[in-house]
Amino acid sequence: MEKRVTFGKWTIGILFAVPQLLLIFTFFYWPAGQAVYWSLTLQQPWGGGNIWVGLDNFRSILSNADYWSSITASLVFAGISTGLAMFIALVLAALTDRQLAGSRLYRVVLIWPYGIAAPALAMAFRFILAPEAGFMAMVNRVWPGIWDPGLDGADAMASIIVAFSWKYVGYNFIFFLAAFQAIPRSLIEAAAMDGSGVIRRFWDIQFPLITPTIFFLLVINITESFQDSFGIVDIMTAGGPANATNLMVYKIYSDGFKGLDYSGAAAQSIILMLLIIVLTIFQFRFIERRVHYR
Amino acid sequence: MVERTPFLNFFTHLILFIGFVFCIAPFVVVVIAASHNLKDVNDVPMSLLPGSDFWVNIKTAWTTADLGPKLLNSFIMAAGVAAGKVIVSALTAFSIVYFRYPGRMLIFWLIFITLMLPLEVRIVPTYAVVANVLEPYQAILDLTGISWLIEKISGVQVQLSLGLLNSYSGLILPLVATATGTFLYRQFFLTVPDELTEAARMDGAGALRFFIDILLPLSRNNMAALGTIMFLWAWNQYLWPLLITTDQSHAMAVTELKQLIPNVGGIPEWHIAMAGTLIVMLPPLFVVVLMQRWFVRGLIATEK
Repeated sequence: MEKRVTFGKWTIGILFAVPQLLLIFTFFYWPAGQAVYWSLTLQQPWGGGNIWVGLDNFRSILSNADYWSSITASLVFAGISTGLAMFIALVLAALTDRQLAGSRLYRVVLIWPYGIAAPALAMAFRFILAPEAGFMAMVNRVWPGIWDPGLDGADAMASIIVAFSWKYVGYNFIFFLAAFQAIPRSLIEAAAMDGSGVIRRFWDIQFPLITPTIFFLLVINITESFQDSFGIVDIMTAGGPANATNLMVYKIYSDGFKGLDYSGAAAQSIILMLLIIVLTIFQFRFIERRVHYR
Repeated sequence: MVERTPFLNFFTHLILFIGFVFCIAPFVVVVIAASHNLKDVNDVPMSLLPGSDFWVNIKTAWTTADLGPKLLNSFIMAAGVAAGKVIVSALTAFSIVYFRYPGRMLIFWLIFITLMLPLEVRIVPTYAVVANVLEPYQAILDLTGISWLIEKISGVQVQLSLGLLNSYSGLILPLVATATGTFLYRQFFLTVPDELTEAARMDGAGALRFFIDILLPLSRNNMAALGTIMFLWAWNQYLWPLLITTDQSHAMAVTELKQLIPNVGGIPEWHIAMAGTLIVMLPPLFVVVLMQRWFVRGLIATEK
């Protein structure tokens, strides 16, 4: 889309864009280029610049079993938490949209989780799910040893999935509700006149009309599950036990800043970037086909 | 709404109520746990009746993690990011919507791509840049031979260096350098009728006047929404402040939470941890409640 009427002096126009261009050059393009450079070189232990090693960094990472388990953990985390957060939010938004008594209260409260910082909610859930003190302690009292995120990898993964999904149910809810409310009432009323029930109306009218929102949220949720999970992992599990929750961003951080392996971390960053791009392209290519844009 | 569906209405209420309980439960648990003393908070099951130590715990958490200055830091950073985004994005969007110049689409795409790769993914090199923000420019001067030229002519060796670790600008600027706001404004500017621009030009207004007197007042809604979203986003940042602020005087409230994780071994002090959590989660929650209407509208606008 283009403006018909514009201003003539384009030198001034460019000046308006300069601050942002400087910022993204300094803090985005330069570092991104730097990451590519580091991933292809190796820093010498006693200084003296980097030496060119080609794809060796990638080879050593990709032959590392820890790295593959980190990728698997990230994908499992992304898949389950996105599915949970979107499904629950969709159901809650569809029901709130029926506008029965009290729906205004739900509309206000259900978006609260979105405002909470990931580390703060991670702290809350760490307590709630703690095996010795919180509510899971009651479960442990009945079946001793059934729940311990500190020892059992699956339990730890479940904990971070619950914490992340809780926040993103709130986020998705906002979008789903807005999408439902954008559907003209007359459309639904006409369908009701024709004798279709609530469920039928949902599948034949509302659901197809909100597919753009579903698609948008799918892309956002998956991308966020790679980034926003850092605070949750750092507070709740610190990547453990036995690397069961060592998600990719967390591994980049611990290898780069704790292990001081810049080249390895840079190569991991590049792989993560590629993975996010591939996932996004995949979603656009195969899932967007089923989306109905109005 | 249209027909009577008693069963479905019953289930609607039931499911919404369950959702409500799950949504609110963590907040309630945090508040209640923050009001217990050490013994009660570790009781199994923990009593759901609030204890009497609420203010004591808040005070302990406040002093243990030194939350006063940390909250101020968080506030400065979040406000800085919000203000920076609101201003810088408006300027850029104005430039790419209201002007025609060679390379305009290139600029558009250069900015669009930044949406794909969030800060978390490129932290290591970004950290290196912030340690010396002039490094990219130094490298350009070196590569193009300009620094060699300057050294030949004036005898001065060019060594640009400006470290931003442990500073507010180091915290804020990289977080401003993304495209979200630019798109929000762009989508909005495209809906502003051309007649307005024509009328303004006919009255003799130049680009700057039009921008300040007409476009900005019209985008007040967007600015409020964007400001709110960015404030929340920046307040909730964790990884970036964790790296940049090694010095306690610039630490953020959110990163300080880690200080309150109970140690393994000994009786865990969950009541203090929960009190601290409550303090840190309240300001953004307050913003959400206060700005709900604006910010929902703003989020919807970004989706288009």
